[in-house]
Amino acid sequence: MDRPAPPAQPELEREFSERIAADERIEPRDWMPDGYRATLVRQIAQHAHSEIVGMQPEGNWITRAPSLRRKAILVAKVQDEAGHGLYLYSAAETLGADRSRLLDLLHEGRQKYSTIFNYPATSWADVAAIGWLVDGAAIMNQVPLTRCSYGPYARAMTRVCKEESFHQRQGFEAMSVLAKGTSAQRRMAQDALDRWWWPALMMFGPPDGQSPNSAQSMAWGIKRFSNDELRQRFVDATVPQAEHLGLQIPDPQLHRDGEHYRTGEIDWTEFQEVMRGNGPCNRQRLAARVRAHEDGAWVREAAAAYAEKHPAAA
Amino acid sequence: MTSPLWEVFVRSRRGLSHTHVGSLRAPDAHMALRNARDVYTRRQEGTSIWVVPSSQIVASSPQEKDSFFDPAGDKPYRHPTFYDVPEGLTHL
Amino acid sequence: MTVSPLPEVDAPADLDVSAYALRLGDDALVLAQQLCTWAARAPELEQDVALLNLALDLLGQARSLLSYAGSREGRDRSEDDLAFLRDEPGFVNALLMEVDGGDFARTMARQLYASAHAVLLWSSLHESADEQLAGIAGKAVKEAAYHLDHARSWVVRLGDGTAESARRMQVGLDELWPYTFELFEIDPLISRLTARGVVADPALLEPRWRSIVSDVVGEATLRLPESTWRPTGGRSGRHTEGFGYLLAEMQHLHRSHPGASW
Repeated sequence: MDRPAPPAQPELEREFSERIAADERIEPRDWMPDGYRATLVRQIAQHAHSEIVGMQPEGNWITRAPSLRRKAILVAKVQDEAGHGLYLYSAAETLGADRSRLLDLLHEGRQKYSTIFNYPATSWADVAAIGWLVDGAAIMNQVPLTRCSYGPYARAMTRVCKEESFHQRQGFEAMSVLAKGTSAQRRMAQDALDRWWWPALMMFGPPDGQSPNSAQSMAWGIKRFSNDELRQRFVDATVPQAEHLGLQIPDPQLHRDGEHYRTGEIDWTEFQEVMRGNGPCNRQRLAARVRAHEDGAWVREAAAAYAEKHPAAA
Repeated sequence: MTSPLWEVFVRSRRGLSHTHVGSLRAPDAHMALRNARDVYTRRQEGTSIWVVPSSQIVASSPQEKDSFFDPAGDKPYRHPTFYDVPEGLTHL
Repeated sequence: MTVSPLPEVDAPADLDVSAYALRLGDDALVLAQQLCTWAARAPELEQDVALLNLALDLLGQARSLLSYAGSREGRDRSEDDLAFLRDEPGFVNALLMEVDGGDFARTMARQLYASAHAVLLWSSLHESADEQLAGIAGKAVKEAAYHLDHARSWVVRLGDGTAESARRMQVGLDELWPYTFELFEIDPLISRLTARGVVADPALLEPRWRSIVSDVVGEATLRLPESTWRPTGGRSGRHTEGFGYLLAEMQHLHRSHPGASW
């Protein structure tokens, strides 16, 4: 059958822009500008990489969890992170990317993951703080993505957000037990807040004035709110929670301003340093990731060889 | 080494149809079904799973959208609301 | 997350039932702990999810069984008291669960041996004269059936995959084989409980276990191992050298804060 000739470029661009303007979703087989596709692949891959590298700091604590209940919760959470990585790689694959290629880019250091996971989780309270603050910040970032203009990404994020609602809550619960616990536990909780507070704020990315790609992402409906807007929401939500826990936010300049809380200046030099690969755990995280991938190569090869020998395996 | 891509469809409960939930990679159909169970039904989301090799899906093209779907737009007589029903009558 | 059914605690003390539940609870806990070491390092992302699913099932079983063991012991020990405050000689898991999991092939060999045993054991315990054990078994047997299916899938794929994977799979099966005999040992506790109809005679399970394992090994185009060495001692608290490290890792945080809640 003869297919209709593909419409000319300007017409395609017009259709795409009209869809975005009408807040309709873009689906995998639709025409889209190269920049839109590239931006999405980069962002979704980075998001997926963050999920799987993010399994490490908490995963390290599973074998040491202080109660069987906490161990089960942590296993379920770390498992979700693997699942979320998987949903996201799948979303990236609808754009023509290939998971193993994206993993190679991660392993070669050519694609990034969230800098937050380059900080060490050195005490049990860090597991609680990661749930409360890091997942809390991630949810702030992710909820708007459920309305992202790219359909598969939006749908993956809907699933992720639904599943992640327990992640932040279990972190806060674990933190409150520590905050109400023995003096050693309280010290542990405060120390974790001291170390994770600023990195959590940096998770929203550079200030709006210095975020070069933001305007285009907003125009494309990939991003719905600016970095600073989301950061402010997180601060407003989290400060009362810290007060409830009786913990001190490590910011002497933090103050109330009408309905908002205003923080002191964020030290972005540290963020830049960690971004450049000089965080406490950059090398360790990437090395662990590469080792897992290389150690598993013979298993993947075996499964492929078996599938080839038994094409009807079901 | 990349395993083939599979599309996953889950029936959330009896009486509903299978719905597309996402995709995954697996070396063969047997593993695809098991991976789908582990990845997509951890929270009791399913009572039945289908997996289909993504390469086997035949999809309409967005370019054919006009010829495929627009012709259905001007046939309101296919919908019951097109017809007048005299006041007071039921079972129509 | 899975909520483990917490057994009723008002049944009278029964040291034999308690000791038996402790064995099964320790088996599940130690195996879960081993599987958890795969977090973030599975051969592929889908297996990260799958292996942690197995671990979660086992952890749920361990919690039910340890709680039950504590409740029938009459000393008011909780699941956490039992998991975190016993020393090595107090643990009564089979050695198979505690030996080094090694590579993915060896881990799958252990999963095959352990879950084939678990399927048969839980099916038989489903008929146990002890209602609580029968209840726990009813849930566990379904989980074990999936674990066996998972192990079978991988043992077959690795055995009949590449030359390298077949070699590794055979080594895994061979190295862990000697530890399987302990699963079917009969000691005075088992004899007493068998007589009471609480436990099925392990001698009845062994040939069926052997047949399941041998079918899988055959499908994997590998050899069923042989061994005259039959290490034992786990059920009476005599463990392997590596077990101390496993407990140290599992218990240190809990023990560093005596009496604390988490």
